[in-house]
Amino acid sequence: MSTIAESDHKVLRRDYRLTGPEAVIAQERGLVSADWYQSPVPRKRMKELMQRSDAPAIRDTVIWLVLLMATGWMAHLLWGTWWSLPVFIVYGVLYGTVGDSRWHEGGHGTAFKTSWMNTAVYHLGSFMMTREPVSWRWSHARHHSDTIIVGRDPEIAVQRPTAIWRLLLLFTGLPQVIAEFRKLIPNCVGRLTAEEADYLPASERNKAILAARIHVLIWVAAITASIMVGSVEPLMLVGLPTLYGRWMATVYGLTQHAGLAEDVLDHRLSARTVTMNRVNRFLYWNMNFHVEHHMFPTVAFHALPALHEEVRADMPAPYNGLLGAYREIIPALIRQANDPTYFVQRPVPQVVLAS
Amino acid sequence: MTMAWVDVCAAEGIDAEDVLRFDYEDRTYALYRTEDNRYFATDGLCTHARVHLADGFVSGTTIECPKHNGRFDVTNGKAKGAPATVDLGCYPVEVRDGRVRISLSSEGTG
Ligand code: FES
Repeated sequence: MSTIAESDHKVLRRDYRLTGPEAVIAQERGLVSADWYQSPVPRKRMKELMQRSDAPAIRDTVIWLVLLMATGWMAHLLWGTWWSLPVFIVYGVLYGTVGDSRWHEGGHGTAFKTSWMNTAVYHLGSFMMTREPVSWRWSHARHHSDTIIVGRDPEIAVQRPTAIWRLLLLFTGLPQVIAEFRKLIPNCVGRLTAEEADYLPASERNKAILAARIHVLIWVAAITASIMVGSVEPLMLVGLPTLYGRWMATVYGLTQHAGLAEDVLDHRLSARTVTMNRVNRFLYWNMNFHVEHHMFPTVAFHALPALHEEVRADMPAPYNGLLGAYREIIPALIRQANDPTYFVQRPVPQVVLAS
Repeated sequence: MTMAWVDVCAAEGIDAEDVLRFDYEDRTYALYRTEDNRYFATDGLCTHARVHLADGFVSGTTIECPKHNGRFDVTNGKAKGAPATVDLGCYPVEVRDGRVRISLSSEGTG
């Protein structure tokens, strides 16, 4: 016999597919490519905040790649000993977590002033995170158009009601990588999934197929190398860190929107800004200023702290560190497992200071 | 064909390396001034998701859309980076007696 709560869930369970009925409902409700709330920032100040620079991103990228190569080399030297374990943990985070923020900033094309540098970092990050770069560029554009709009946003990390086991598996990277291979394999044989067809324009489809083939080829090369040397070591260095190094990207990523409102046109209600220390901000490339990033995507990562100061009077108070954010997120997601209508209501300042 | 010039603003009414929104009749346009004081005009809405380009970022001769960072060359309207893949219409611009005017006599040329 089903309980009232169970039957309620059947009614309340929403359809997050981009090709389902919720996509039509979102359109009817005026939630598609809608006008979003923006905090007032004088144009002159906005121009300053949008300025680009190569220096911060080159500095951070050099540090990142040097650390990646150094820990990779150390892991190779220590292979077969327990000492390699902590080294692989660090290497994995540099690959499967830092790759995410570099993918993201490179994709927006704002990290560097020089365009090819953004492209190079984007492609490197795409492979590290097992994301076919062409279709993900378009899916991320959709995420920005229709942020946490059910039936429209392909990047809603936690759907309601919360599936706790699936949520925990996100820290292993398995659901993300399996979902990506479900796209990569058809792409390799020249087919797109229905979801990709929804957000990928015709002019981009062959590019997506080519990129998918290149990604799969690199995986095949890493697997072949492992078979030839009779050791999983090559795969531990190229390929598998997308799984074992992704946990910290999930820790960061869940702070962005999990537990907050769906179907609202104000990023202050559906995204979080979290204060973080310098190490986390280096690894995450300032994406902790997530409300500001969504509201003004043309502001580069290095200018987000200044933007945060500029708009803070018009923002809900930021969360105090990862702990502060998770104190809210964990109970909210547990509650959403039983009550999919529940969400955290963010207090939005009612009075905007004259700019 | 004689061009129908429409007055937009004073030449100094737009900053160097910046963009200005200009609405005329039922359409919207974007006027650009480059760092070396050249003026260009294009359609005002991004071809990707119809967002006003006047809120975007001008760098050199590129306008970056404020919504998804799509890029266009302001000198010819060419789309330069995904998710902008369709070119913008362009309109002739002249500066005369300290005023910027654009010609809207025809559909923009991309
Ligand atoms: S609206 Fe301009 S790039 Fe999407």
